[in-house]
Amino acid sequence: MKSEKILLRFPKTETGKPIVYHLIKDYNLVVNIYVAKITQDKEGYLVVNLTGEEADLARGKAFLRSLQVQVESVENGILRDNSRCTHCGNCVSHCPTNALHIADRKTMRVELDQSLCIACSLCTTNCPFGACTSVF
Amino acid sequence: MRTYKQINDRIASGKAVVLTAEEIIDYVERKGEEKALAEVDVVTTATFGPMCSSGCFLNFGQCVPKIRISECTIDGVEAYGGLAAVDVFLGATQLRVNAPANLTFPGEFSFGGAHVIEKLVAGEMVEVIATSYGTQDYPRRELRTEVCIHDLNQAIMVNPRNCYQNYNVAVNCSEKRLYTYLGQLEPNMQNASYSSAGQLSPLLNDPWYETIGIGTAVWLAGARGHVHAEGTQHFPTCQRNHNGVPMEGAGTLGLTADMKQMQRKYVRACSFRGYGVSLALGVGIPIPILNQRILRQVCVRDSEILAPITDYSLDYPMKTGRVLGYVNYEQLKSGQIELDGRKIATSSLSSYSLALEIAELLKAEISEGKFLLSEPLQLLPREQSSKPFPIREKTI
Repeated sequence: MKSEKILLRFPKTETGKPIVYHLIKDYNLVVNIYVAKITQDKEGYLVVNLTGEEADLARGKAFLRSLQVQVESVENGILRDNSRCTHCGNCVSHCPTNALHIADRKTMRVELDQSLCIACSLCTTNCPFGACTSVF
Repeated sequence: MRTYKQINDRIASGKAVVLTAEEIIDYVERKGEEKALAEVDVVTTATFGPMCSSGCFLNFGQCVPKIRISECTIDGVEAYGGLAAVDVFLGATQLRVNAPANLTFPGEFSFGGAHVIEKLVAGEMVEVIATSYGTQDYPRRELRTEVCIHDLNQAIMVNPRNCYQNYNVAVNCSEKRLYTYLGQLEPNMQNASYSSAGQLSPLLNDPWYETIGIGTAVWLAGARGHVHAEGTQHFPTCQRNHNGVPMEGAGTLGLTADMKQMQRKYVRACSFRGYGVSLALGVGIPIPILNQRILRQVCVRDSEILAPITDYSLDYPMKTGRVLGYVNYEQLKSGQIELDGRKIATSSLSSYSLALEIAELLKAEISEGKFLLSEPLQLLPREQSSKPFPIREKTI
């Protein structure tokens, strides 16, 4: 079994289709949805964790690509501008996965562990300095 | 015992011993108070955080024909023109004309006076639109142009209230999310928000305003500035800890400095969803180690500074004065506090990391003989309490 966290971008033409259903039913994948969003331009975003046999995962992702769905790393979902970050730490208590955290209580600098980020965007609405922005 | 003159002579000759307010704690512990008193000349304190009561006076210079500005906007933000011809005052929290504010709640507040100030400090161009009723000596009735800070005669930051001595720890006891100047507060006390540099903060290291007074030289966002007045809402009469450190807001400072000398990194616009625009500023203040009492005071630690936990859903807006409890900054900085057996996640709006950086920068400037101290011309009040705003019914 393998687990993978990915960001999916759906073109306008695919947002109406029950793609998650097929991932579960046809490819035996366990799907955990972190974020689902349809933009004003009717494009869709989905941040999911897929768990399954390695071969099923590969087939599932191939199925997604065949529908013109872009399969990306979640790290592309949230952009952190280090020049805007003041390391105040306000984001830390709002981040549900501790991806944004203070590693060293002596310096109190805010670090971002990309592997924990689920691109929920709570940091983007909470950062007073606009350091974090979402692609959604 | 030391005098300001002796300390400045040592600074000028490059021999002054300078430590940050964090370093002095360990130093005294290691070497003992007597030795530290004999050796250390200056301790640097600093803070970086949102300080709403900030703004600047700008002088544009004259155009041909001349104008006597009566209304003015800079990048769409109104600057007050009720001064001499081409002088205006731009406040940090002023929004753009016609900004939606909280019309659709919670508003975004993406741009305001603070953003214009940050752009000016960064040397970027801003759009100035001004109108006038026109006079015989100032015939021009309108203008629209682009300027940057280098075009201006003066850009002087004048902040009525900076460097709050201490501050509330905000929580939300209600059932719905609150949008405040201390950030978003989740319902049922899910998070607590604070804003102070604690043991590094200027007025927490000089709790009775013995060295920081009117005329004190300060480092304001990279520029050499001064304390020009007691800050607005300077209320030193308050509950204090055994060490004299206030257990609530207490003292404040009015600061001023030349904006042309400032660095963008320490002048940062911020937007609080549902609340408004503010300006985060970096301030560093040197404390001369004149005597043993002052040395003891700068050794204050996070664990000895208490802050009041305040409910921003009711007690803060309704001014009830109720405090849910007190916590110290060591607890706050740990990321979690406990109140009535419940664990609450904490986060800060003041950057301890940048405050440390500023304390180090000021230390370097003093050590290199570039920053001399100035003795206060006048001390700040040590006793003074808040007056309520009387809401009087008009009788006639």
